[in-house]
Amino acid sequence: MQQPVISVKHLYKAYRTSAGDFPVLKDVNLQVLRGDYVAIMGPSGSGKSTFMNILGCLDMPTAGSYVLDGYAVATMPADQVAKVRNQTIGFVFQGFNLLARASLLDNVALPLVYAGVSKEERHARARVLLEKVGLNKHMHSHPNQISGGQQQRVAIARALVNQPRLILADEPTGNLDSTTSEEIMAIFDCLNQEGITIVLVTHETDIAEHAKRQVRFLDGKIVQDTGASASSAENANV
Amino acid sequence: MFSAMLGEAWHAMGANRLRTFLTMLGMVIGVSAVVLMMAIGQGAEASVKRSISAMGSHLFVVLSGPPRMGGARTATGNAPSLNVRDANAMSELYGVVGVAPVTMGKGQIVYASNNWNTDIIGTTPEYMDIRGWRLSAGYPFSSSDTRSATRVALLGKTVVQNLFGEDADIDAVGKTIRINQRPFVVLGVLESKGQTLDGRDQDDTIIVPLTTAQRKLFGNQLPGTVRQIMVQAESDSVMGMVEEALNSLLNQRHNIREGADSDFSVRNLTAIANSAAETARTMSLLLGAIASVSLLVGGIGIMNIMLVSVTERTREIGIRMAIGARERDILLQFLLEAIMISIVGCLIGILIGVSGAILVSVFTQAEVIISSASVLIAFSVAASIGVFFGFYPARKAARLNPIEALRYQ
Repeated sequence: MQQPVISVKHLYKAYRTSAGDFPVLKDVNLQVLRGDYVAIMGPSGSGKSTFMNILGCLDMPTAGSYVLDGYAVATMPADQVAKVRNQTIGFVFQGFNLLARASLLDNVALPLVYAGVSKEERHARARVLLEKVGLNKHMHSHPNQISGGQQQRVAIARALVNQPRLILADEPTGNLDSTTSEEIMAIFDCLNQEGITIVLVTHETDIAEHAKRQVRFLDGKIVQDTGASASSAENANV
Repeated sequence: MFSAMLGEAWHAMGANRLRTFLTMLGMVIGVSAVVLMMAIGQGAEASVKRSISAMGSHLFVVLSGPPRMGGARTATGNAPSLNVRDANAMSELYGVVGVAPVTMGKGQIVYASNNWNTDIIGTTPEYMDIRGWRLSAGYPFSSSDTRSATRVALLGKTVVQNLFGEDADIDAVGKTIRINQRPFVVLGVLESKGQTLDGRDQDDTIIVPLTTAQRKLFGNQLPGTVRQIMVQAESDSVMGMVEEALNSLLNQRHNIREGADSDFSVRNLTAIANSAAETARTMSLLLGAIASVSLLVGGIGIMNIMLVSVTERTREIGIRMAIGARERDILLQFLLEAIMISIVGCLIGILIGVSGAILVSVFTQAEVIISSASVLIAFSVAASIGVFFGFYPARKAARLNPIEALRYQ
């Protein structure tokens, strides 16, 4: 019996504004099993980005529970949440978000700094991953010297460097042309085949089709979940 | 992990060199000012202190006069009212460790074709101990010389230079010179004491036995009388008591009634010197205080730039948080940058301050003292300024909301 990597139950999120509370997520339930490959879709304003931030432990839900890999993140102290972000989750952003001043090698090795890994090991592990994404020749280049697709590959290498259970990708192909997007998605497909759980946000249907399961958000609710039956079956057992 | 952060702080400093340099400049100026001012202040203090110790410590000088000549008062020390027996009585007082009666005059000294006019001090062998005066060559005279009024003399450095030439201390010993036409054997040469606080050359002097001076050089109206008596107390704490005892002893010996004018005066030399030292110390404190203001300004400069840097790097902070940096990692990162700027600035400042102090001493001949304490103080103050002024921006960075930070353009 598999433990779900992500288990979200009755999740609510509201933003406090001067005009009163503004609800963004209303009673969201989602289970993601190990090895799953989920695409979250929906128009802008549907709450998918907020949901992603909560999944990434960057934001906390107003109500409901979120259990990530067995940790009830919502009740954990900030330092432990940082540790979860560091060791359980790998982030890939739309805007790549590499450090402009650091070399590709240092960019990839950065999460290991916060994991307290020695310099030799950091660089060794970063090198292996740069090789995996095919950028080992540019190791000492800086992000502004390589193309967007290459930058995203570096970002993926960075997300993988701490061997996370879960990759969260927020519109990973949003800034890329279609050819490059396919290349990046090929990497994600490959990673998923290796057994890594992937959750990605996208609004492009052809990108979403790479995933095994599509979840559609509208107005702060999940309106469609192609893997819902499997998930609810799990629900019954939990 | 700490070394990785140090490396990053170093890189961040290098990222905008001009800005880092200008920020550092505040620190550099502040620290170099503190080091330089403290060096000059401590130098002044030390030279005052040396003048004091050259005079001798815990000293009183008892001067004769003003004598009463009917209603008119003549100048202090004109007609000696003190005598050697007063000195002997003083040495019996509790807390007094040395007494030296002194009579003074001028004399023309001749050796070979050279001649010189200088002060002549007639005193007892205790004088040397009281003034803490040692010989650079030869021997001091003894109490038997005082008893038998032998014609021996101890020459000050300036006198030796004028009669025998430079570095002739050893040559001078044993030679016969003439003081006011009378032959004297040079028994020893006095160590150099330099100038007094008022610029008088203390080495321009000759010391002879008291009796010799009285009987064979100056003559004397009243045998045994002296112009002044130097008295050394045991320690600072008994100075007050000794002063009172000296007054009451002399009043009693000179039959002076209570309320009447005394024919002597007791002066505390150390008190005068101490106040000079106090002035020097106050000056050096004042200089240090003014210099520290510039340190403060430098610290504010660091805080300002760190705040700008935090704003500029908001996105970077967001990225770092997303990939697992804890609040304290971010705090440490920015704090380290601030500390590094201030410490590097401080090191440069120390370098400039020290070389400035050396330049000052070379060009103005003023004494400067670069103590490791002043350098250490400047260094630790600079480091604490880095922590103090770096903390607020660093905390601001650490408290950023990661989502907003990631969205920041």
